[in-house]
Amino acid sequence: MASGDVWILGIVMTKFGKHPETDSVGLAAQAARAALADGGVSMRDIGILAAGNLMGGGALGQQLQKQIGQTGIPVYNVANACATGATALRTAIMAIKAGETDMGLAVGVEKLSGAGLLGVGGAKKQGDTWEPSGRQGAIMGLDGRVNTDNMPGTFAQIGMEYGHKYGDVSFELFARISEKNHMHSTLNPLAAYSKAMSVEQIMNDVMIAYPNTRPMCSANCDGAAAAVVVSDEKLKTLSDEQRKRAVRVAASVLTTDPYEAGCQVLPNVNTLTRNAAKQAYEQAGVSPQDLDLVELHDCFATAELVHYDNLMLCDEGNAVDFFSSGAAHRDGSTPVNVSGGLQSKGHPIAATGIANVWEICHHLRGEAGDRQIEGAKLGLAHVIGLGSACGVHILERAAA
Amino acid sequence: MISSVAATETAARIPLVDYLALDPEPHLVAQECTVCGARYFDHRDACASCFEAVFRPVNVPTEGEVTSFTIVSYAPPGVEAPFVAAIIDCGGTPVRATLVDVKPDPDNLTLGMKVRLTTYSLGTDSAGTEAVGFGFAPA
Repeated sequence: MASGDVWILGIVMTKFGKHPETDSVGLAAQAARAALADGGVSMRDIGILAAGNLMGGGALGQQLQKQIGQTGIPVYNVANACATGATALRTAIMAIKAGETDMGLAVGVEKLSGAGLLGVGGAKKQGDTWEPSGRQGAIMGLDGRVNTDNMPGTFAQIGMEYGHKYGDVSFELFARISEKNHMHSTLNPLAAYSKAMSVEQIMNDVMIAYPNTRPMCSANCDGAAAAVVVSDEKLKTLSDEQRKRAVRVAASVLTTDPYEAGCQVLPNVNTLTRNAAKQAYEQAGVSPQDLDLVELHDCFATAELVHYDNLMLCDEGNAVDFFSSGAAHRDGSTPVNVSGGLQSKGHPIAATGIANVWEICHHLRGEAGDRQIEGAKLGLAHVIGLGSACGVHILERAAA
Repeated sequence: MISSVAATETAARIPLVDYLALDPEPHLVAQECTVCGARYFDHRDACASCFEAVFRPVNVPTEGEVTSFTIVSYAPPGVEAPFVAAIIDCGGTPVRATLVDVKPDPDNLTLGMKVRLTTYSLGTDSAGTEAVGFGFAPA
């Protein structure tokens, strides 16, 4: 236990799905109170709150304090696209690393049930004469007239681009990735959808943006997740039971796109993920082959494929072979998305980056029940938000 | 389906975006950083690559190769669905666009297919000005 380390003391996710009984603040409060209880601490112990929420308006943290405890601590309201949850977690980790406090709480919540297609801009308001506006001098909305703004279509192109570069992608290949995640979800009682689907069912479902059919898209749903993080020094003062269940944050990294010509016209989720992964492996002093499980940002089946490569789970250009070998299945060499992934577990945006970390911790603590990856010691959680922002956390089981 | 715009001398026309030049023949115009050569299709305050702030207009080749595509089933109001969204490599400059004059069916579309720029009418406003959009059609 090296000094300066940060540990996850308590962490939970709510059931993902529909939560008509409460609002986002209520859902966040459930997760926050459960994470505190999981860590065996109270709001009195917490020195910083980082509150992630993307669609809600930007004051979740203070609203949440009124439900779980107003102690006057600094609140950071965090929004960073689909990397919001990971960014909130990292905000709390950084506060501890900076020495400002010895314990922090990070929360992410979203209510998205029935939200429909995300990323579609509203129709541009039109007068009765054409009027150029904006940085492209556009006279009307460009969605569907100059490429697409919707997320399934954008990520479809990201997967197809991989095919253009390295070959061998097909509609069926992407459907098989989705089949794997839906199969994994059958073991996850907190997943929004936990039904196995055959490749045929997936391919014959409603086409959203070729090659992504509906079950190949992340499910919009409600959900929250929260984590209590603690300094090394503070952890030493806590009980044996708390120390035994604590999970070490071996790496916490956030990156954005460096300039490239391609990312000016199509979001590039590759370079910044590869950069984040490289930094994370270096921080943790581990290699991709050391990982016992990976939760990566499969917002669409087409995205999962490229991240095998970006996270260096395979050699460059070999993602198709890596998947086809069975490596990413729960009984493979590097199980990927044993939670069911965003395609079946669901993707309540700001909750996702903490829920992925929870999934890893659940296995490292040996508490994952039917879906436990036996003997898991080291895992990686990855999220990406378009624009782009990438968060990678590597988690390590406490030494016995 | 979408029809090509016949060049008319009389009617006023306006491009969908300011980086679409209609004359003498339709083509795209990128803003190129005079220091590092990075190209942009929108107004930038400074270059995202080298941080300098002087740009010059450069004509982008009108022919290219499809490096990625998708067929989008749900379109915003006023746009016909399904439509094909694609990224086209025009002589080294990546361009985002739609594919036109091709059936939106995976059997008709291939990665690497050759395409060329074409334009089409998006209607006229109350002053009689015709809006002109662009897409890429199989070459």
